[in-house]
Amino acid sequence: TKEEKQRLRKEKKHQKKIKEKKDDKEEKPVGAASQPPTQPSQKGDLAPAPAPVPVPASETPALADKPAKSKADLKAERRARQESERASKQGKKGDVGQPVPTSKPKAPPSELQPVVKRLPEHVQVDNPDVLKKLAKKLERQQIPLRSDYGYKVSLFSHLHQYSRKAPLTQQLGIPSTVIHPAIVRLGLQYSQGIVAGSNARSVALLHAFKQVIRDYTTPPNEELSRDLVNKLKPYISFLNQCRPLSASMGNAIKYIKKEISNIPSQCKEEEAKSKLLSCIECYINEKIILAAKAIAKYSIEKISDGDVILVYGCSSLVNHILCEAFEKKRKFRVIVVDSRPRLEGREALRRLVQRGISCTYVLISAVSYILPEVSKVFLGAHALLANGYVMSRVGTSQIALVAKAFNVPVLVCCETYKFCERVQTDSFVSNELDDPDELIVTRKGKTQLEHWQEVPSLGLLNLVYDVTPPDFVDLVITDLGMIPCTSVPVVLRVKNVDQ
Amino acid sequence: MELQAVLMAAGGGSRMPDLTYNTPKPMLPVGNKPLMWYPLNLLERVGFEEVIVITTKEVHKMMSTDPKMKDVKMKLDVVCIQEDGDMGTADALRHIQQKIKTDVLVVSCDLITDVALHEVVDLFRAHNATLAMLMSKAHEFTDTVPGQKGKKKTAEQRDFVGVDQSGKRLLFMANEADLEDGLSIRKSIMRKHPRMHIKTGLEDAHLYCLKKAVVDFLADNKSISSIRGELVPYLVRKQFSKTTNSPKIKDDAEDQNQKTIDELLISSRDEPLLQLAQERSCWNDHRGDMSEAYHGGKLRCYVHIIDQGLCYRVNTLAAYIEANRLAPKLFEEPAVHPSAVISERCQMGSDSIIGALCQVADKTSIKRSTIGNSTTVKEKVKVTNSIIMHGVTIEEGCNIQGCVICSNAVIGRGADLKYCLVGSGQQIEPEGEDQISFIHIMQCSNDKPVCFRIVRKHRLVSSY
Repeated sequence: TKEEKQRLRKEKKHQKKIKEKKDDKEEKPVGAASQPPTQPSQKGDLAPAPAPVPVPASETPALADKPAKSKADLKAERRARQESERASKQGKKGDVGQPVPTSKPKAPPSELQPVVKRLPEHVQVDNPDVLKKLAKKLERQQIPLRSDYGYKVSLFSHLHQYSRKAPLTQQLGIPSTVIHPAIVRLGLQYSQGIVAGSNARSVALLHAFKQVIRDYTTPPNEELSRDLVNKLKPYISFLNQCRPLSASMGNAIKYIKKEISNIPSQCKEEEAKSKLLSCIECYINEKIILAAKAIAKYSIEKISDGDVILVYGCSSLVNHILCEAFEKKRKFRVIVVDSRPRLEGREALRRLVQRGISCTYVLISAVSYILPEVSKVFLGAHALLANGYVMSRVGTSQIALVAKAFNVPVLVCCETYKFCERVQTDSFVSNELDDPDELIVTRKGKTQLEHWQEVPSLGLLNLVYDVTPPDFVDLVITDLGMIPCTSVPVVLRVKNVDQ
Repeated sequence: MELQAVLMAAGGGSRMPDLTYNTPKPMLPVGNKPLMWYPLNLLERVGFEEVIVITTKEVHKMMSTDPKMKDVKMKLDVVCIQEDGDMGTADALRHIQQKIKTDVLVVSCDLITDVALHEVVDLFRAHNATLAMLMSKAHEFTDTVPGQKGKKKTAEQRDFVGVDQSGKRLLFMANEADLEDGLSIRKSIMRKHPRMHIKTGLEDAHLYCLKKAVVDFLADNKSISSIRGELVPYLVRKQFSKTTNSPKIKDDAEDQNQKTIDELLISSRDEPLLQLAQERSCWNDHRGDMSEAYHGGKLRCYVHIIDQGLCYRVNTLAAYIEANRLAPKLFEEPAVHPSAVISERCQMGSDSIIGALCQVADKTSIKRSTIGNSTTVKEKVKVTNSIIMHGVTIEEGCNIQGCVICSNAVIGRGADLKYCLVGSGQQIEPEGEDQISFIHIMQCSNDKPVCFRIVRKHRLVSSY
C-alpha cells in the first residue's frame, strides 16, 4: 500500500544516512555482489518485514574488507552478519509465499520477525486438549467450569454456548470466599443480561474492581504490585466464564494491570490503594464520560435540520448523541430498527421518546423499505478492529450493506478505548453464542420450538456479534476526531507510543 | 464476606403445645435428628462456615449434649436470650446488631427443605435487592392427626401475595387478618406494574436475605418486633411509597436521629458509578412505560416460589408428622442405626427408622414409623405409622397405630392405641385383661393425662 511504500522509502533513507556516517570513518565500501540481488527483492516485496533488513546487510561486504578492527567494529560486524542471514532467510520466505500483512507496523527494524500468534482458547472449544487445559487452569484458580448447553451449529462449534438457566453460581458456595462478592454479583448480572452494552459492562467492571481494591490487604511478605494482579486473575477467569469479555473490558483490564504493576514497591498500602482508585475514576471520566461529550460535539456538526436518522439497537453512545443534538435544538427525527431475540430497540425507543424526539420503530426485516426516507445512519460499535472492520451487534453489517446500496452515509460512533488489536474479516472465527432457548417464543399459548433438542437435524443459533467491512462505513467518529475506517491502525499505533 | 447466616431457634412452638411443653421446638426429633439440625445442615451443604444461632439457654444446654449436633462442622456462635420474653425475630436481630457486618441470611429453625439456596441468593445479588425470600406452595396434609376431632379446622388466615409478571418481584403482601373490608392495592403499584398475580396458596418458608442497611434500620426503629409480621410487609409497602429526595427536609416531630430506610440504602459508596452503569445498560425489568429500570426505586423485594421439592415448616402437629415421614428421604442414611439391637424375627418395613441403642424384641412389626434413640420395644408389638421419640418403653403385646409418643413414656402391656398423642413421661396402664380398643388421650399443660373419651367398639362407654 501507499503508506507502506512511503515508510519503506523513509527507512531506506535513514539506513543510507547511517551507512554514510560509517563510511566517513572507514574506507569506501566496495560494491558487493550481495547488494543488487537484495535490492530488487526489496522493491518487489510488499511485505514490510524483510525489506529494510537487507539494507544493513549491504554494509557487511564493506566492513569485511578492513583489516584492523576495533571492538565496536567487531560487534557491528557480527550484528550485521546476523541481520544479513536473517534477511536472506526472510527474503526467501517473502519470494515464495504470500506475505501476511502484519496489521501492527513495528517501528524498530530488528523486531520485524513475524510474531507467532496463538489462537485464543475461547475460539477452540472443539479441541479437547484446549478444554482440558482450561479445566486445569480453572481448577487451580478454584473456579467452577461452566458446561456448554445444547446442540451447537457445526460452523460455530468452536465457540462456547451457555444456558441462562444454569448460572455459574450453582456450583459456587453461597458465602463466596474464593471470589469477592462484588465480582460474583457482577458475573451474575452479566450472565443474566442485566448489565449489557459495551460501556455499561466496562463501568460495572471498574466499579467492582474498586470494591476489590478497597477490601484488599497485602499479605505479609508480598508486594502489592504483584499480589494484587495475581488476585485479579481468578476474578477475570470467573467473569469470562459468566460471559466472554468484551474488547472494552479487555482494554480496561490491561490498563488496570499496568497501573498496578507500576506502583513503586516502597509505596504504602493506603497510598497505593487510593492512587489506584483515583486512576480508575480518571479512566472512566476520560475514556467514557468525556469521550462521549467529545463525540457528541463532533456528531452534532454532522446532524443538520430536517435529517432522518436511522439507528439500530440500543447503543448508549448513539442515544447520548441524539439526546445532546436534541438539546442543541436540532430538528430531526429518528427511525429505530430492532431485531429479535434481544429487542433492544425498545429500550432505545423509550429513552429517545422520553426526551421528546419523534421516533419510528421498525424491525430489521423492514429496513430496505424504510431506507429511502433515511438521510443518515448512526451505528454504535462494540469494538473497532485493527484492519478497520467494525464489530457490533448482529444485524449491523446488514444495515450498513443496505444503506450502502441506497447511498446513505453510515457513521459509526466509537470511543478510542474500544479499539482492539485483533484482526477479523468474518463473523465466524471469533463471536459469542447466546442461549439458544432465547429464540423460543410462546404465541397464543403455543410454543413451537419447545422440544427443539429432540429433533436431530435442528440447531438453534443465537449469534451476538457481527463484523462490518470498512467499505460500508463512511466515517468513524471518535473522541480524537472524525477519521476514516482505515485510520484505526494509526490510532492504535499512536496509543501504543503514548503508553 | 458476603453473607452471614442467622438461625432463629428461640421460637416457642405455640401451635403444637402438646409436643413442645416438655421439649423445646428446636430440639424436637424429626427422623431421629433434632429439628434445628435440618436448617444447619442446609447451610453447611451450601458452604457456610459460621452461623449465629439465637436461642434459649435450655436449648443451648440440650444442643451441647445431643450427639447429632456434634456432626455439624460449622462454627456455631450461640446467643442466648430470655425464654419468656416477648422477643420477636426482629428484636433478636436488633440484639445482635453488633455482630452483623454484612448482609444477613435469616433462617428459621423449623425449616426442612432441599431447595437450591442459590436461587434465592441470586435474586438478592443480581438485582441488588433489599429483601429476598423463599415461599412454597402450601401442602395439604392428608394423614389423620392424633388428637384432632373429625375434620380439619377451617383454613387459617390466608396470606395474599402479589407478584409481578415474571413471578419474582414481590409487590404486595398482606395477611387476611389485617384486611378488614377487602384487598386494597395502591394506585402507584398498579401504575408501575399493571399486571400483578395474586396468590393465596403460598406458605412462607421464613428464609430471608436482608441487606445490612435493614439491620441498621431495625436498630433505629424499635417498634418493629417481628420479621415476618411487620418488617417484611413494611419493606414491601415501602417499595412504592414516595421517596424523600432532598435529605435536608427532616421532620422535626418524629425522628431526627432515625434514618429512613431509603437514606440508609442510598448512602452506599460509588453510587454514581452504579447509576452510570445502569444508565448505559440497555436492560429494563419492565416495558410499556417511560420509566427506567426498577422505576428508579432503590428498595426492591424479591421472592422465589418453589412448586416442586421439599419445603416444610414444622410448626403444627400435622407438619411434624409429615416431616417425620419425608425428612429421612432427604439423606441417604441407613434406616437402622448400627448400635440398635434388633432381633431376627422382627418385621421391619423399609420406610421405618430405628434410632441408636434401641432394643427391638421378637415378633414385632414396625411399619412406616420412626423409633427414637434408646427405646425398648418388647415382643409381639405392632407399630404402624407412628412416631416414637427417645427413651420410650413399649411393653409386650401393644398395638400402636398412627400415634405420636413423646420421650420417656411407658406404654403398658397389651395397650391398644390408635391416633393418640401420648405426652412426655406418661404411663399408659397395662390393659391386661381389659378390652378397651380406642383411647384418646390429650395432654394439657399441667402434666396430668386427661382422658376425654374411652370408646369401645364405637360405643361410648364412659367419659371422664
